[in-house]
Amino acid sequence: MSVGSPDRSVSETRPDVVRVAGVTKTFPRGNVTALQEIDLELAPGEFVSLIGPSGCGKSTLLRVIGDLVEPTAGSIAVNGKSARQAREDGDYGIVFQEAVLFDWRTVAKNIGLPLEMLGWDRARRRKRIEEMLALVELSGFADHHPWQLSGGMQQRVAIARALAFEPALLLMDEPFGALDEMTRERLNLELLSIWEQTANTVVFVTHSISEAVFLSTRVVVMSPRPGRIAGHVEIDLPTPRTAETRDTPRFFELVTQVRNLLRGQGEHLLPEEEALG
Amino acid sequence: MVTQVAAAGPLARSSLRLPVAAWTRRVGSVVLVLVALVGLWELYHWVWTMTGWTWPFIVNDTSMPHVWTIFQAFGQPAQVNQPPLITVLLHKTAFTAKEAAAGFGIGALIGFSLGVVLVHSRLLQRGFLPYIVGSQTVPILAIAPMVVVWVNPRLPGPLQGWGAVAVIATYLTFFPVTINTLRGLQSVEPRALELMRTYGASRRAVLWKLRVPSSLPYLFSALRLSATASVVGAIIGELPSGLQDGLGGAIFNFNQYYSIEPQELWATNVIAALLGIAFFVIVVLAEKAIVRRAPENVA
Repeated sequence: MSVGSPDRSVSETRPDVVRVAGVTKTFPRGNVTALQEIDLELAPGEFVSLIGPSGCGKSTLLRVIGDLVEPTAGSIAVNGKSARQAREDGDYGIVFQEAVLFDWRTVAKNIGLPLEMLGWDRARRRKRIEEMLALVELSGFADHHPWQLSGGMQQRVAIARALAFEPALLLMDEPFGALDEMTRERLNLELLSIWEQTANTVVFVTHSISEAVFLSTRVVVMSPRPGRIAGHVEIDLPTPRTAETRDTPRFFELVTQVRNLLRGQGEHLLPEEEALG
Repeated sequence: MVTQVAAAGPLARSSLRLPVAAWTRRVGSVVLVLVALVGLWELYHWVWTMTGWTWPFIVNDTSMPHVWTIFQAFGQPAQVNQPPLITVLLHKTAFTAKEAAAGFGIGALIGFSLGVVLVHSRLLQRGFLPYIVGSQTVPILAIAPMVVVWVNPRLPGPLQGWGAVAVIATYLTFFPVTINTLRGLQSVEPRALELMRTYGASRRAVLWKLRVPSSLPYLFSALRLSATASVVGAIIGELPSGLQDGLGGAIFNFNQYYSIEPQELWATNVIAALLGIAFFVIVVLAEKAIVRRAPENVA
């Protein structure tokens, strides 16, 4: 298995961070098969995007990995443990489409929430919160309340909160889906720079082809009804990626590859993506 | 311009720190309305007396004493060889305030605890909620005498008398708090619950770090209602207790002399209203100090 960046090449001896084997999920209501026989492995340091049209089960797959949804069949291992054990051990951080910040807490205290849950003492929390604020470039905003921040800044706080306890795995469920295009592209760059510093393994759910290609070391294309994996596209764009990466011929080739995989399933692409390329 | 934005911007955290001008405007508007109401009272009095209209009631100095007569009553003794009315009323107010405050505190605590218990059990919710609602359909005047008979004999000396009244105030206080606490605790965003789940949070952690803080705006809107209800409960509770030490006793007394000295009942009513307002304002100030919420979400 190859990844985009040479300095992140994966040694075969290190165990997979995520191993999904034969996972099926059916929802009894409406008898919907959200996921059918999914197999997926994530090596340490991989940035994997799950992409597909609405209803392809990409969010369900992410939730199954996070033990927020129980699979009907199959097994999930995170860091070699059961998904449940991994969740309770704090093996992953999660970022939703909405920032889900607590209004009554300041930015600093929002970031400190998972640390409180882990029983860190005040001094240790304060130090880590400062580091996280610096990481997401919000150092001046520790004492602000969430409603005083823009949507993009709120999402950066959510990322800082998800990474505060240094989980091996970062789960992101369309984290920038509610943001405008300009903010989204800026946050894409910031996320990559954060990822380079933290060396997390990332599962990133999106419905934007360009976002998936730009961020990932691998794009997993899914198709709906029932939710299956249609194919993988290794992203070999050079790192570090910059705003100019989006203008390179290779970027367009990869976008086309992903799009063809999506089309191969006879599914319509989202209108915003039709305009691309 | 830049400095102005910085000063009035995100860091101006509390409305307790409103600029002086804003406070002046607020207080000013309250005073203005008060003056208008007094004017309306006197105008009504004057028009109805001049025209001799009798609908809906005959207006004279007994049915509607002049505002200045009412305020003069504060300075005069209600009975011979007694201190001025205001002194007597302030003592009674302190007594009633003690009953109401105790009732409010206990009621809020019981109401909140009930809400917490009910939010954790569908079964208890279904079983108990109808009775909790039903408890409030029984008129307080029907309950008060029984409470006095049941509670008073069990109370230790210092609580005798006023303790039973506090229980009656509790009865009026707990209900809105229970209902709103329950609603507030249930109003948590599903995503926020999911987030806590990713931390492997215990029920207790979810309750104290998520449910309770996010229910505070609901809790406080209930406390505002309860604050005034507890004063009403205390005043009404004094009647079957036969207590003479509080505003309820005073109202009962002056009621009997209304045809001779109506201004004394009115003066007492003014004080009772002020006590209710004071309770309300204390709750509002506490809310301002405690609840941190996006401005558009403040109830």
